[in-house]
Amino acid sequence: MLDDFMTRATLAGVGVAFAAAPLGCFVVWRRMAYFGDATAHAAILGIALSLTFQISVFTGALAVALLMALTVTLLAGRGYAMDTLLGVMAHSALAFGLVAVSFLSGVRIDLMAYLFGDILAVSRSDLAVIWGGAALVVVLIAWRWSQLLTATLNEELAYASGFDPKREQLILTIALAITVAVAIKVVGVLLIAAMLIIPAAAARSLARSPETMALIAAAIGATSAVAGLRAAYVFDTPAGPSIVCVAAILFAFFSLIGWQRHSRS
Amino acid sequence: MNLITVEDLSVSYGANTVLKHVNMGVEPGEIVTIVGPNGSGKTSLLRAIIGATKPSAGQVKRKPGLKIGYVPQKLHIDPTLPITVERFMRLTHRASKKDCKTALDTAGVPDLLKRQMSQLSGGQFQRVMLARALINRPEILLLDEATQGLDQPGSAAFYRQIEDVRRETGCAIIMISHELHVVMSASDRVICLNGHVCCEGSPAVVASAPEYRALFGTGTGGALALYRHDHDHNHDHHHGKDSQEAAE
Repeated sequence: MLDDFMTRATLAGVGVAFAAAPLGCFVVWRRMAYFGDATAHAAILGIALSLTFQISVFTGALAVALLMALTVTLLAGRGYAMDTLLGVMAHSALAFGLVAVSFLSGVRIDLMAYLFGDILAVSRSDLAVIWGGAALVVVLIAWRWSQLLTATLNEELAYASGFDPKREQLILTIALAITVAVAIKVVGVLLIAAMLIIPAAAARSLARSPETMALIAAAIGATSAVAGLRAAYVFDTPAGPSIVCVAAILFAFFSLIGWQRHSRS
Repeated sequence: MNLITVEDLSVSYGANTVLKHVNMGVEPGEIVTIVGPNGSGKTSLLRAIIGATKPSAGQVKRKPGLKIGYVPQKLHIDPTLPITVERFMRLTHRASKKDCKTALDTAGVPDLLKRQMSQLSGGQFQRVMLARALINRPEILLLDEATQGLDQPGSAAFYRQIEDVRRETGCAIIMISHELHVVMSASDRVICLNGHVCCEGSPAVVASAPEYRALFGTGTGGALALYRHDHDHNHDHHHGKDSQEAAE
C-alpha cells in the first residue's frame, strides 16, 4: 500500500494535520500566529546547515527551530517586544540560511522544494519521521492540556493552582518547533503557519468547547490534506498550496455558516 | 494556626522595590482586606502569596496542603476560545455536575452552566470566577480587585455575596481593594498598605488611624488630607499622585 506515492503523500498530510490542529488552537487562542511563521522561516537556516554537514534535514530544521524558539522565549520581556524579537530572529535566520545555501557549490539544491514542500516525494522513512513527530506533539499536548488551557486563560490562575505557566509556554514552543520540522516536507516553510492557523480558525465557529474545537480542527485539517492532494492530482496543481487552498475554502464556508447562525439567534 | 504567614517580605522588580518588610497573617475563617493606593504593592503582595512572584527577601509560609481559591483581577478570554461555564468551572479541578451547580448557587448565579463565557455580563462573569474558585472547597479565597468593572451597586452586592460565602463555607478570605467604604463593612481586619504596612486593625481602628487618613483622607476632606499627606507623611517612595486617584 505504501508503494503508491499518492498514499504516502496523503498519510503525510493527514499526520501533519493531526499535530497542527490542537497546537494551532493554542496558537490562535494565545495570538502566537507570528511565532509559527518565525519558527518556520528560521528552519531554512537549519536546512542549509543540514545540507552542509550532510545530516538529515529534519534534524537540522528541528535544531534551529528549537534554538530560535528557546532564544525568543528567554529574551522576551527584556527590553524588546515579542514581535520585534521574532522579526529580528526569523528574518536574520532566513537571510543567513539563504546566504549559506549559496556557498554550497557542487550540490544542486532545490530550495523551492523546501519553501513550498514536496509532499509527493515523501519516502517511507519521511513518513515514519512525520508520524513519529506528530504523535509526540499530540501526546505532549494531550498530557498538558488542562494546564496549557489554564495558563492560556490567566497566568496567576496557573500559579495559584500550583504550576508554572512559563513551563507550559515552553512546552508549546517545543511542540511548535517539532511540528514545523516535520511539516517542512509536506507544505514547506512558507505554508506551515497556514496548516496551524486555518483549520483551527475554521473550527471556531462550529465549536462550543476547547476540546471540540481541537477535534474539529483536526478533522478539517485532515479533510484539507486529502481533498487538496486529490485536487492537485486531478488539476495538476502544486500539492502543498492546494491543501492550503482547500483549508481556506473550508474556513470561508464554516465562517459564513457561523455568522448566519449567529445573526439568526 | 495561621493559614498563611508572611514574614518580613520584600519584593523588587529590578531596582524598583515595591514591598518592604511586610508582615501579616491570616487565620481560618477571617476576612482580611488589603487597601492601598495604586502602586502600593497590593497586587505584588497577592502574587507573592500565590507564588507568582519570588520574594527578594523574607518568605511566605502556607499551612501544609493549604487549598487556595483564587479570583484574578481580570481574566481575558480570547473571542476565538469557545468555553462554556461548566467547562470553565472544571478548568483546574475535576468536579461533578452537582459540585458545579452547588458552587454556582453559592456564588449567586445558578442556571448558567450551559452558557458560553463570552455571553456573560460583567457581574455574572465575576461571580462565575468566584464559583470556580470555590469548587475545590478552599480554606482560603484570594480576591484581587474582584469588582473591577462593576458599578457601585454591583460591587456592593458582590461583597455581600463574599460575606455569604464565608458564612456558608467558613473559608478565610483575603481581598484587595481600593473601594474602601464598600469593603470596610465586610472585613474583620484591614491592612493598609503603601509599600509597607502603614497600619492595620479592625475597620473602625484603621479608618481613624492617622496613617490611613494621610493616605486616603476623611470623606469630603480627602483632598486636603492628600495635600497634607504629600508634605508630612514622609516615606522614601513617591505615591502622591496615585493616592489621589485612589481617593477619587
